[in-house]
Amino acid sequence: MITRRNFLKNTVLGLTGMALPFAAFEIIDPKKLMAQEAADKSAVRWVFLVDTYKCVGCGLCVKACKTENEIPYDANVTRTWVERYVLTKQGKLLADTPKGARDGFTTTKIDLGQGNFQDIKKEDIEKAFFVPKLCNQCENPPCVQVCPVGATYQTPDGVVLVDRTWCIGCGYCIMGCPYGVRFFHPVYQTAEKCNFCYHRITKGMKPACVDACPFGARRIGNIKDPHDPVTKIIMTQRVGILKEEYGTKPQVFYIGLSKEVK
Amino acid sequence: MKNHVYKPLLVVLGVVVLILAIRMVYVPKDFGVGDRGYMYGWHRHANEEDWKNFKVKYQGREYCKDCHSDKYSKIMSTPHKIIQCENCHGPAIDHPADPPKLVIDKSRAHCLRCHFPLPYPSSNRSKIKGIDPQKHNPDMECSACHNPHNPMEGLR
Repeated sequence: MITRRNFLKNTVLGLTGMALPFAAFEIIDPKKLMAQEAADKSAVRWVFLVDTYKCVGCGLCVKACKTENEIPYDANVTRTWVERYVLTKQGKLLADTPKGARDGFTTTKIDLGQGNFQDIKKEDIEKAFFVPKLCNQCENPPCVQVCPVGATYQTPDGVVLVDRTWCIGCGYCIMGCPYGVRFFHPVYQTAEKCNFCYHRITKGMKPACVDACPFGARRIGNIKDPHDPVTKIIMTQRVGILKEEYGTKPQVFYIGLSKEVK
Repeated sequence: MKNHVYKPLLVVLGVVVLILAIRMVYVPKDFGVGDRGYMYGWHRHANEEDWKNFKVKYQGREYCKDCHSDKYSKIMSTPHKIIQCENCHGPAIDHPADPPKLVIDKSRAHCLRCHFPLPYPSSNRSKIKGIDPQKHNPDMECSACHNPHNPMEGLR
């Protein structure tokens, strides 16, 4: 027979039981904790440094990236791209990146989209500059958290990779990235993104875009090596990151970042 | 086992066991939590190797240097030394084995990537010499007159 006392007792017990996470039953293994500590001491953490003063918008980085990483050349998707920002003396901001600047910027006309262009006269320009964009390889990558199948992950050296055989193409990560660096690969139909040319950096080479840049606007470094020239610049000079307020801890640092850049 | 509750419970348990059995077969053995924990490190470990084994295409100018030392030393004494060979000649991949010949991009558009003048005061682009492609010998390849390996030398 159900008494009031028993009913209340069972309800409280049941609710408490349901509220307990499974993690509470996990036995903490000191070896596992040690392993996590050790992993944190991985000797490499890849970071990227972009000097926007040096960028002239030639787009050779985009061309090299698309060829190196087998991104269909004429498809309007790319792992890295260059944005042009033009601020007029009237305070109007214009920005474009035709084809991701695959062919550079060879006109003064700004692409407004939908076949519209606007030409800004030299006298009307207050400031104008180029900003290369690529994956920020965030320390807290929101794109990885949302993957329902474990197809995208962060390597011990900080690069976020996509497992093409495991990706189901749901697109959560593409929506989850606040920087818009992810897209669908037109051939593999899976999520695609910049991985700092993981096949090159793990062989001691530099990413294709870094090698292709004639002006040294793009550099890669290891933030865990205090003698790395890129680390020294990041530690001692004025560098900015994109969308700091999201708490993603992006690892692509910019010299000469302007408030117009989003 | 007379209780009517147990029969559907057995069915549910059967389904759970079946799913776990399929999972054991389907999920690769190396699938698991990586160094960054469950939230960031849940993946198939062999995929890291897959990406490391991706084919390198751009080899860098050091790869060209030995066989094409004449061209290499020539361009290295000019302002164009900052441009990689492969930016114009295309990726070497396994040249000379494969491909035996590289396709050179001699288009005007290629030169205009830098040499189309954009008067942007806060960018280094405005410091590069440019031409108006509509007025400066349209329909001609730049390399017909200018040697890209030595742009400062007299016109061809």
